[in-house]
Amino acid sequence: MTRKQKKTLRRILVAGGSLVAVAVLTQLLPMPWWGALLLYLLPYALVGWDVLRDAVRGLLNGQMLDENFLMSIATIGAFALGENAEAVFVMLFYQVGELFQSIAVGKSRRSIAALMDIRPDSATVNRGGDWLTVSPEEVAIGEIIRIEAGERVPLDGRVVSGESLVDTAALTGEPVPRRVAAGDSIISGCINQTGVLTVEVTQEYGESTVSKILALVENATERKAKSENIITRFARVYTPIVVIAAVLLAFLPPLFTGSYGAAFPEWLGRALNFLVVSCPCALVISVPLTFFGGIGGASKEGVLMKGGNFLEALAKTETVVMDKTGTLTKGNFEVVSVKPETLTEIELIGLAAAAEQHSHHPVATALRNAKKDRKFRKVTEVFEFSGRGVCATVDGQQVLVGNDKLLNEKGIPFTEAEDIGTVLYVAIGGKYAGCIVIADEIKPDAAAAIGELKALGVKRTVLLTGDRAQTAKRVAQTVGVDEVHAELLPADKVDRVETLLGSTNGTLVFVGDGINDAPVLSRADVGVAMGALGSDAAIEAADIVLMDDKPGKLPLAIRLARRTMRIVRQNIVFSLAVKIGVMLVSTLGFGSLYAAVFADVGVCVIAILNATRALKTK
Amino acid sequence: MKKTFRIEDLECAHCAAKMEDAIKKLDGVHSASVNFLLQKLTIDAEDEHFDEIVQQAVAICRKIEPDCHVCV
Repeated sequence: MTRKQKKTLRRILVAGGSLVAVAVLTQLLPMPWWGALLLYLLPYALVGWDVLRDAVRGLLNGQMLDENFLMSIATIGAFALGENAEAVFVMLFYQVGELFQSIAVGKSRRSIAALMDIRPDSATVNRGGDWLTVSPEEVAIGEIIRIEAGERVPLDGRVVSGESLVDTAALTGEPVPRRVAAGDSIISGCINQTGVLTVEVTQEYGESTVSKILALVENATERKAKSENIITRFARVYTPIVVIAAVLLAFLPPLFTGSYGAAFPEWLGRALNFLVVSCPCALVISVPLTFFGGIGGASKEGVLMKGGNFLEALAKTETVVMDKTGTLTKGNFEVVSVKPETLTEIELIGLAAAAEQHSHHPVATALRNAKKDRKFRKVTEVFEFSGRGVCATVDGQQVLVGNDKLLNEKGIPFTEAEDIGTVLYVAIGGKYAGCIVIADEIKPDAAAAIGELKALGVKRTVLLTGDRAQTAKRVAQTVGVDEVHAELLPADKVDRVETLLGSTNGTLVFVGDGINDAPVLSRADVGVAMGALGSDAAIEAADIVLMDDKPGKLPLAIRLARRTMRIVRQNIVFSLAVKIGVMLVSTLGFGSLYAAVFADVGVCVIAILNATRALKTK
Repeated sequence: MKKTFRIEDLECAHCAAKMEDAIKKLDGVHSASVNFLLQKLTIDAEDEHFDEIVQQAVAICRKIEPDCHVCV
């Protein structure tokens, strides 16, 4: 509790005690009405003086309908009706509610701050041979910093020396630490777990990943969801309407009774309840708080949303359009099958990998990766046939590795493989020895992610790719995507998305790796960029950014968005239902000021507590 | 010029919305936002009159919620 809150608490306790004392006293001692009134004014003034003061101040500033003013009128009205104890109690309960509200808001503010606690405090930089501790803002590009085990990485950079495990959970939500060694890039905001690293800084602090993420999450509150805007507009008219209703309720109905004077106090009493419930605070605080909590909670899971509007749209996802390479597949090639004629699979791979060991082609990398022990036989006399393959002498044997064109050129007969992907034919000593099929590897959780999307009620999943139709179809079948459009140019992708937009009522989400699909990302209702850790272009272009490259984060994001929207709806319905209920009951004469105060501050506290659930992701 | 200020003891969300509206209507203000959760006031306004505009904004905040304090 802050000092201000403690002070309020003391005042409430003292006033509560004296209210009980006064109530007992007025029961025991016979006294005139003004005597009792004077006694009750004592705890009233004690607990409510600041409300009265602010009411007057507000009035002078032209803030007619502020909460303090309405509370003051309601309690003064109660005194006028001779309901002294109620008047004091209402003021007391109002203050209790305000106190709870302030504590609850403070608590959620702190938990949001804790969520975003990825800001590094300091950096240890080498200047003139000495290690100095400075603030991360003061470090320039090219300087060398040292990061001890247990420290937060202060700036983006490249590891110069040292080896360590790095915990990226705060950025990606990924619990498995990454291994980094000299030459690897390292991202600010991660925690260095095991070894000491020396790092060359590659970005200024203002441009670092950590600053960008923080700015993105903080600015997210500026792009408000539709329901948030509706609530703000509603709040603006709600108070005047309720106050006018209260005035009408006090003065009109008595006209229709026999004697105005006799009926007026009763109706005035009913109208006072209206004044108490006329503050829309429960909605105005809890709805933005829920959205912010949802966005904050998602960021903890490595899902950055650029605004409440995107969260709202994501909750209504109906069609998910995906790019292939880098989204459903890893974007790197892998050996998927080996078909030797006479040798064993391992021998064939070993020979091919040896022949290709000096090539930088992705296919060569895939071959080398398939040779698990990474020990290659010696090669001599390597000839590269550009775009076709390679011929090399491995341990005295002539090994030819290439596509069908190369083998045809050399006049070597072979069996054509019908596999999908890139097929490499291997000939040893001029004789066909088998083939190796290399394809882009599908991400391990891609199929599960598509399944989960469907379980969440996504009606249509579409794959758009520039790749060959056969390959695209195979990927789509493996992961369970409904529709495939292959061999598309970037402009065709935009056209496809526009056609799909026309036939979708709900939200159309496009997921890509954010590198060359910026036009599609911006054309879709919600553009999601994946694997964006360290990629500025992706963070820039997308509406929602998945920090790591797992497709499974998309259904997770949709679930979080839906939960946030559910909490928003609960709060709106609950607050309005209680308020309208109290007004109805009051109109009929069954209400009380106690119920009204509950409908005001009680509901507000409950709504805030409910809103803080949005922060929790599990 | 765009600048962000911290607002201390901003307790009422409705007031924050009112402040935002009023500050947006000031002459020379391109955009303004009062973030209740982060307790932040962001003003984007003309360079020449920036200081005056900030003073006016602070006055508005004080008028709407007397307890709050804008750290300029």
